[in-house]
Amino acid sequence: MADPATLLPLLLLAPALVLAAGLAAVAGAVTAGDRPTAPVVETLRLLAKQRRRTPADDPLLARIGLAVLPVAAVLALAVVPLGLPRGAPVGLDVGIVWFNAMEVLAWFAVWTAGWGPNAVTALVGGYRMLPLGLAYELPHMLALITPAIAAGSLDPATVAGAQHGLWYAVWMPVAFVLYLVSTAAMAFWGPFAAPLGRDLAGGAAAEHAGLDRLLLRAGRWMLLVAAAAMAVPLFLGGGAPPPITGPDAFGGPAWAWVVVKLLVVLAVLLGLRRVMPVLRMERFVTLAWVVLIPLAVAQALVVTVVVLL
Amino acid sequence: MTELTLRVVLVVAAALVATGLYGALSQQSIVMIMMGLELVVNGLVLAAGGIWWAGGHPGNASVLVVVLVTVMALEMAMGFAVALALYRARRVDLTDDATELAR
Amino acid sequence: MTLLVLAAALGVVAVVTGIGVFVADSMARATFLLLASFVAVAVVLLAFGLAYLGIVVVLMMTIEMMIMVVFMVMLMMNPAGLEPMTMVHNRWGARLIALAVFAVLAAGALVVPWPVRPGPPGDPTTALGADLMGPQMLTMTVLGLAILATIVGTVAVSATRGSRR
Repeated sequence: MADPATLLPLLLLAPALVLAAGLAAVAGAVTAGDRPTAPVVETLRLLAKQRRRTPADDPLLARIGLAVLPVAAVLALAVVPLGLPRGAPVGLDVGIVWFNAMEVLAWFAVWTAGWGPNAVTALVGGYRMLPLGLAYELPHMLALITPAIAAGSLDPATVAGAQHGLWYAVWMPVAFVLYLVSTAAMAFWGPFAAPLGRDLAGGAAAEHAGLDRLLLRAGRWMLLVAAAAMAVPLFLGGGAPPPITGPDAFGGPAWAWVVVKLLVVLAVLLGLRRVMPVLRMERFVTLAWVVLIPLAVAQALVVTVVVLL
Repeated sequence: MTELTLRVVLVVAAALVATGLYGALSQQSIVMIMMGLELVVNGLVLAAGGIWWAGGHPGNASVLVVVLVTVMALEMAMGFAVALALYRARRVDLTDDATELAR
Repeated sequence: MTLLVLAAALGVVAVVTGIGVFVADSMARATFLLLASFVAVAVVLLAFGLAYLGIVVVLMMTIEMMIMVVFMVMLMMNPAGLEPMTMVHNRWGARLIALAVFAVLAAGALVVPWPVRPGPPGDPTTALGADLMGPQMLTMTVLGLAILATIVGTVAVSATRGSRR
């Protein structure tokens, strides 16, 4: 543990995630028709602004929640094998469950951010996180578990290594699509941005200014990037090159392939945001429980049967 | 050292159970009583984890943790269903007012 | 030694936050203090090598407390604790009973000769899965039935009459 070569990726993890989230936010601004400098300007503006208090608020709880959001994103990314020579920054044999637990902390973050200011729109926004969470969580869990069943391990690195020849995105496409949908949902982003919705003047973020608001908005990009990064080992073969024309057709370091695949996943997500309107939560709950959960169960069942053959 | 750690953990678990019991006995609000019960189960989870760590077989005590976690979820689901039904029927959210069985 | 200190420190955190649940005025704070107590216990499980179960406790309890807090806010007359008030009955009796129970349980924890087995226990996640799907299958079945019964029961109890349209 004291070996500096193992500690270095851990120390660099948070800055790297912040940088990646910033780049993703720039790409998001470009696809949304904004200037590419918009996220940078917004960040500087929020850093310069003062925080805001409202009467009879609960700033302690709100600030704990707001601080938890980026921390949870970093902790979730910590178990993702990024193609570094020594594997994931934290090699954990139940890494997939850890990832799931960290990502659920976003519920806490958004709810407390909405509860804290003692204001109606913020509270409604915070409450919207719960139907969103209860809708995406079960398809998400099943989508996480399906590659784990196929690989016979809860360790993302083992799952990535088990995909030589055939990526899980190809052989379990339903789980992959559900994972992508839940990636956007867990970051309450894109079509699932209702907790911070414009119809609520910003929802859970409405009463937060300055650093508080920055934590919420940067934290969701960090969570989105961390979740998109998890798709690479689970569904896209990790650091291995695409197995199109034999194993060694495209060489290159593993981390470079992880970065390329992460960019593809993020591009798909940005495209999804372009074509999808913001969903109403009760519609999404109905869709999730009536359509997505049965689909996810069926996918897991098919994979299980094939694995047992 | 293992034995001492186990004893410390079990004393902590006993404290958690006692705290939860105090809450469940003293609180009037149904939802607060459920918080107390959850705290009791929390102590049991800790005790089961300690027993698993210190002795016995790799499986057995950890199965108990699975049971306890499920019990917590079921207790909460059932408790809130009853609390909601009581509130809908009688506008009651305190145990002292829920006297149907006393008549 | 490290483990002892860690377990004791986290135990103190778990108990203090547990007491805080009944001291806090704000229902949101009370719920999340309970969550903190659960997380402290989960970290002890993690330190003991029960990685899977420790993480599952964090995962499940976070979701559970997020649902619980909605009901807490909905069903309490003073959810944000803006007007300090106490809603307790029989406080001294409850304290007496709780202390007595603690004394008996702690005496048992300190006196009973607990069987202590040296050596690492192997992979607990695999052992747990093998147990649940093998010798403990009955436990698993009962849990499944209990969950089903709870689903049916909660819907039956909480469904309002005449909501059929």
